[in-house]
Amino acid sequence: MTQLALIIDLNVCVGCSACVTSCKEWNTSGPAGFMSDDNPYAKDPTGTFFNRVQTYEVGTYPNTETVHFPKSCLHCEEPPCVPVCPTGASYKRENDGIVLVDYDKCIGCKYCSWACPYGAREIDEHQKVMKKCTLCVDRIYDESLPESERKPACVLACPTNARLFGDVHDPDSYVSTVIREEGGYPLMPEWGTQPSNHYLPRRKNKITIHEDELIRVDNPLNKEQKEHHKPVDGAVLDDSSFI
Amino acid sequence: MHPAFSVIFLTTLIGAAQGLFLALFSTQVYQEVGILSNVSASGFYGTGAVISLILLGLGLFSSFFHLGHPERAWRAAAMWRTSWLSREVIALPTMMAAVFVYGVMHMFDMDGIALTVGSVNLSASLFVGVFGVIAAFALFICTAMIYACIKFLQEWSTPLTVINYFLFGTASGFTLATALAAYLGLQEQVSFLGGWAIALTVAVFITRLASLYRNNRIKYKSTVQSAIGIRHNQIQQKVQGAMGGSFNTREYFHGKTAQFLKSIKYIFLVLVFPVPVALMATALSDGNTSILVAAFVIQYAGLLAERWFFFAQANHPQNIYYQTV
Repeated sequence: MTQLALIIDLNVCVGCSACVTSCKEWNTSGPAGFMSDDNPYAKDPTGTFFNRVQTYEVGTYPNTETVHFPKSCLHCEEPPCVPVCPTGASYKRENDGIVLVDYDKCIGCKYCSWACPYGAREIDEHQKVMKKCTLCVDRIYDESLPESERKPACVLACPTNARLFGDVHDPDSYVSTVIREEGGYPLMPEWGTQPSNHYLPRRKNKITIHEDELIRVDNPLNKEQKEHHKPVDGAVLDDSSFI
Repeated sequence: MHPAFSVIFLTTLIGAAQGLFLALFSTQVYQEVGILSNVSASGFYGTGAVISLILLGLGLFSSFFHLGHPERAWRAAAMWRTSWLSREVIALPTMMAAVFVYGVMHMFDMDGIALTVGSVNLSASLFVGVFGVIAAFALFICTAMIYACIKFLQEWSTPLTVINYFLFGTASGFTLATALAAYLGLQEQVSFLGGWAIALTVAVFITRLASLYRNNRIKYKSTVQSAIGIRHNQIQQKVQGAMGGSFNTREYFHGKTAQFLKSIKYIFLVLVFPVPVALMATALSDGNTSILVAAFVIQYAGLLAERWFFFAQANHPQNIYYQTV
């Protein structure tokens, strides 16, 4: 079975929000209708987004690190938001594991947003239906696009390649490989939601060199040299061996 | 969580209506086995069923204000296999239908003896009543399980939620039934129902204190470390991904101070428990209608505060991602 997902590499995310704007641009112009905003250019702007970038400061000054943290629907393998929906508007697709909302069935009761521990769902204050990341389901299968562009808008927009897209159930896929080899982890594993999206941790390229690796204490030559450099009186065997 | 008044009114109104129906049914059972004396069917049972039906209808009406698309509400019965909300949507009209039939049978004297066991004659309305009792219990469970089934809302995820919803509903319903019996001048029924109302109020006082005690000592499973997956004790949020707030900053916070929350807690602890119990204790002997009505109104006002507190106290783990609110 296929499970499409995003992998967010926190090591290279620079927090530019290109994923946020390209997501909004693509999805607000999509067939499902606009994503409404209030006061977009005035005081207290607010609106519906599928994806947001947050920033955290880790550590205390001066030993701090800034972590940019993009956050969107994790397309859980056990999505708690789906069984609670009274109308069946919230569902998980069998064929590719994408969690979607049927905007024509949603009654806007917000119960699914209560049942999501990640706060990934946002109600559209004007259309009065629950909205969330669709993994750009309307473009990843669009055969009128060149194959290289059949990816979510956020993935294409990311300038540092911090967002990877693929099938996390295929053990040989690129995303599965990086999860396995680069320490990919899920968010809030304590609730058993099994998020499909994974995050790659901050990684520092370090090599550990011990002192005994710089000066080899067990160098046999050293030992031998110490033996042979003892002052010798008179001729030794070497002095006469080639005569 | 942000308490929504539509849901506060829904849960308190239908709770009182269910409790009132259970009170009517209990009275009828006691009457038919000969413990309580007979009363006019259309008076106590008919009026009681009408009041119960009105409260259920008001609750249903108020629930529509919670929906973004009330015109699609009929769809909500679809997923009863998985969703407690969907089950509630089925249980509520079922309960209303049972109360309606029960009320009509009493109101228009359409009752008759359905079964005779020894010297006891059981009327047909009693069997409709059994169906209503099952529906009332199912509705209590559905309403409470909507909240109790969300395991990461740790304040709600406990059997005490179900117990409290049941006991709060029955306590207020029996208080209302006591007031109704007093209004109709049924002194024997006033003592019977008032006794139960006091007992249920005391019971829910104990279980609610238990849940307050539990919730004060919750150890939250999710931390900012598990939420963003970084192992460090010092993590501070600097940006939450929205300049002027978002759905996430509005829906999951009560937006009041800790002091306000605390004062609501003390208000409901006083209004729901000691005041109605004291009022009922003084008025039970002489069946003073106005004092018993006051007991119900005060208890109901306290229940509104209780429900507000119930929602406001729940701390959603998504708030970890919005620390700066």
